[in-house]
Parts: sequence; C-alpha cells; structure tokens
Amino acid sequence: MRADRWTALAPTLLVSAGLLLLGALAPLGLSDFRLSLLAKFLTWAIVALSLDLLWGYAGLLSLGHGVFFGLGAYAMAMYLKLEAAGSDLPDFMAWSGLRALPWWWEPFRQPWVALPAAVLLPMGLAGLLGYLAFRSRVREVYFALITQALALIATILLVGQQPYTGGTNGITNFRTVLGLPLAAPSVRLGLYALTLLALVGCYLFCRALTGSRLGWLLVALRDNEGRLRCLGYDVVWLKTLVFALSAGMAGLAGALFVLHVGIISPALVGVVPSLEMVIWVAVGGRGTLSGPIVGAVLVNAAKSGLSESFPEIWQFFLGALFVGCVLLFPEGLAGALRRVAARGWARAPVPRLPRAQRPAREALPSLEGEA
Amino acid sequence: MAPVLVCERLVVEFDGFTVLDGLDFTLEAGELRFLIGPNGAGKTTLLDVIGGQTRPRAGRVLFRGQALTRRPEHAIARLGVGRKFQTPAVFPSLTVWENVAVAALGRAAGGGWRGDRALTARVARALERVGLAERSGVRAGRLAHGEKQWLEIAMVLVQDPAVVLFDEPVAGMTHEERERTGALLTALAGAHTVLVVEHDMEFVRQYARRVTVLHQGRVLCEGPLAVVQSDPRVREVYLGRDHREGD
Repeated sequence: MRADRWTALAPTLLVSAGLLLLGALAPLGLSDFRLSLLAKFLTWAIVALSLDLLWGYAGLLSLGHGVFFGLGAYAMAMYLKLEAAGSDLPDFMAWSGLRALPWWWEPFRQPWVALPAAVLLPMGLAGLLGYLAFRSRVREVYFALITQALALIATILLVGQQPYTGGTNGITNFRTVLGLPLAAPSVRLGLYALTLLALVGCYLFCRALTGSRLGWLLVALRDNEGRLRCLGYDVVWLKTLVFALSAGMAGLAGALFVLHVGIISPALVGVVPSLEMVIWVAVGGRGTLSGPIVGAVLVNAAKSGLSESFPEIWQFFLGALFVGCVLLFPEGLAGALRRVAARGWARAPVPRLPRAQRPAREALPSLEGEA
Repeated sequence: MAPVLVCERLVVEFDGFTVLDGLDFTLEAGELRFLIGPNGAGKTTLLDVIGGQTRPRAGRVLFRGQALTRRPEHAIARLGVGRKFQTPAVFPSLTVWENVAVAALGRAAGGGWRGDRALTARVARALERVGLAERSGVRAGRLAHGEKQWLEIAMVLVQDPAVVLFDEPVAGMTHEERERTGALLTALAGAHTVLVVEHDMEFVRQYARRVTVLHQGRVLCEGPLAVVQSDPRVREVYLGRDHREGD
C-alpha cells in the first residue's frame, strides 16, 4: 500500500525535482540576459499550465487567456508604477492631461491590495463571464469565440483608454518592488527563484487537483457533459470553478511576468498572444501537466532564437508548428513520448501489474486523503 | 400501489412537428413497465421529458407528488430518477472504478464529498452486481460495447434511484447478456420502479408484465402483454407489422 503510493507519486516528484534542479542550475550557466529570458518563459509556462487545466482536463478551450494574464500583469504594473512615481502622477497620465490619480488606481498603491488583486481580479472576471456563459449552455466552440471576443475587447479598451491604461505603450519604467531595486542582479535572481517556485507550486496544485475527485469530475465533464448532468451534477458551477481557477493562475503568471520584463502592453495580452498560449499547450501535450510546461519553454526558446535571426519567418514557423502538431502529434510532445514509452514497456520481459489488480490502490489513497 | 410517476397531458413539439400529443402516463411504485411503439411514437422523448433533457410545451410530470417539469436535469437526478441511455454513456478517459465513483458521489446520501469506506463499498457492490469487479482499473474507453452497457447500468444502480429509465437496454447485446439484463430488470422491480423502452419484441415477450404502447405521441393502449398483443389497434400499428415480417 505504502510502496504503491510512492509509485503513484513518483512521476510528480520526479518532475518537480527535475524542474527545481534544472531551474537552480540555470543561473550558473546563463548570462543575465538569458536568465531573464528564461524567467519570462517560466511565467508563460504557468499560463500554459492554467490553460491546460481548463482545456486539457475540463475540455473548455479559452482563446482569451491573455486577458486574465493581462489583468494580473496590469494589477502588478499599476502597483510598480505608483511606487516608481512616488507622490507624483504616473508619467503617462500627466502626458495625457490627467490632473489627479483616478480613484480606482489609488488602492493599487498598496502591495497587499495589488498582489492579491493580480490573482483575484482575473478569477472574478472569469467567474462572472463563465457563470453567465455556462448557465445559458454555451457550447464549447461558442465559449472559445466568446473568450476570443473578450481578448479583442480588452485590447480595444486598453488602447482606447490611454490616460488610465497607458494606451498602446502600456505601463513601463518601473524602479523598485517593495522598495528593492528591480535592476539589481540579486533582486533579479530572487525574482527568478520566486518564479521557479511559483511554477512548481502551480504544477503541484494542478497535480493534486487532477488527482482528486474534482479531477475525475473535470475529465468526466470533458468526456460527456450530458452524462454528468444526469448523474446529479450542476455542471455550471463545476465549469465556472475551473475557469476561475485557471484564470487566477494566469493572473499570477502575469504579475510575475511584469516583474521580469518591466513592461505590460496591449500587444502582450491580446488575441495573438492568447492564441500562442493555446499553441504552447497543443505542442507540449494537453491533458498532461508536464507537457505544457515543456511546450511553453521550447516554443518560446525557438521563437526567440528564430526571431533573433529571421524575424520575418517566425509567424510562418509558428503556424506550421501548430498545424504539424495537430496533424502528426494530436496529443503533443508528451503524448508522443508517452506512446513511445508505452511501446517500449510492452516489449519488456517483466509484465506490469495487471490493471485489474490496481483499483484498490487507485481508489483508496484519494479517499483517505480527503477523509 | 401508489403512483410514483405521473405524466399529465404532455405536449412536445420539435420544429412544428408534434412528438408528444397530450400524453397521459402513470407508473405505479415498484413495477416493471415496458414502453413500446413504432419509430417516432415518442418513446425516447417521453424519457427525455421525465429526465429533464427536454422541456414540454405543455403538461407536467409529477414524481412522488413533486413537479419535475421545471427542474434542471441534475436536480431531477438527485431526487431519484436514474437514466440508462441507448448508446452507452460513460466517461471513456476514467477507469471503470472512477466512473462508478463519480456516479455514487453525484447522489450520495447525506452530502457527497466526505470520503469514506461506505463509498468504496457502494462502488464495489455495484461493480460486483454487473460483473465488472475484475475490470475496475481499466479505462472505460477500452471496454467492449457490452461491458460499457453494464458499466452504465452500474453507474445508475449505485445511485439507488427510485425510478430507473432504460432506453433500449439490450441493443447490441449477445444472447447471454440479454438474459442477464432481463434478470436484472426483473430483480430491480419491487425496490425500484423500472421503465424500459424496448424495440426488441422477443425480449419484451420474455420479460414484460405490463406494457404501454405509444403511437403518434399518445398512449394507444396499456395492460398485461397478452391483452395488449390481442388489441386489434396494436396489431395494426405495431405488432401486426411485426407479425407479417417475423412469422
């Protein structure tokens, strides 16, 4: 029983330890520039995880996750901007002719408001939008279209409300976070470590969630929503919950992103970035938790490599990657690897435990865990 | 016996086509009732109205005196109306065990999320009953068609519903599986009220006690099988055709 439990946990521990180890070694071998690039990729990996929880597990495709990422990012940016401006008005507001700070900016002066808001605002928006959409039985395709429309609306609002949002340029020129200089190498390293821990934390959270009974329900929702309804489940709340959780995670990623990149603008949160997020998950392998992390880092590493050398072909390459992946590896890299591995094990002389003997093990730990 | 389910003057229209046309229908507690009728008679639609998948344009359904007609599907399921669909509706990515556990948690007596040995026991018992105990750890998507049917039946049984609706339970089953299904339906009646939509007249003849014949969205006739079979109207619309084809 105990040994079985460890076997079940082994992949999770392996992935977590691997992430931490690789992440811890990275600063030794990478220049400051590369390290901050990697940190940026790790925040995107968190977004990929959040999207995978929603799409890969619950079967709900969001084409507007950039908005939730962006809400988290803007909440953090507002705080950083106010800290940089001190008692003055933020520069872009002054340029746009504002005389006083808008009232709704005021609370973001406090880090203990802005930091939770970076997670709670996206959760609230997703919860509200999700509840309304799911209550009126919006089908998967229309849900995807609604979220894409959300991304479009968000971009238009952000660009159009320049005095309050910084417009196309977004919000930038930060100096300190909690009084610490953002440019200092030690602060950068600390933020990198924080991001790595956040990623591992999100991974473990998703792992625990998908391994729990709630995880069964998410998969059941993806497999056969109608069946779940006639078994007595109010799927509206279930979908709203997973959408909100996913959005909160994306918001956290956004907040970390701003700390590393030092800017947030509409171009980073609109329709195109939202679609790219979906591609990371598709390439990495949806429905697996390690896949999207790898997908996000690899695709973005390729993007920065290629766009440094051939900026004009990147978009074509990304498109080809997506189409190729959907056609050749519908389960992504993780799915393809898993299939190869399964084939290898099947040939191995020692047979695996017959599946029929495993139910007790599969059912009991999670029951005990929640009792 | 008291009626457990009463349908009053149900009207359902799809795109101007009347599927149920003022249908009245009553189920007594504990009975095993077969619902037959030619294609398009409204059999599956009646199950959909009872289960909340379809809203009637007029009329109402009473379950133990409570109106079901305005309630959402999940609330109807929680009240105790279980449904076995025609094509097996299971969760292919979950294991057999998880499928039944999800069902058990959907209608757990006394609040669902508390994990305990009672749940394990309930799931095990349901799987035992349909003969899938050995297959607990297999993903439902890998089961044979017949096994999926049994899995879905286990998912319905574990919820212990007062009324169980079966839509063509023996479609695609082998001869042996049909006998097991027939025995199960017979065993369920009494403690549960069972309503079975069935096309397979051989199966109906073997297991039916009371039969309701639907025709063009109304009840054409109702009673013991022998009486229904000898009704000239039934022979005309249904059995007659069956006779000419079969005998």
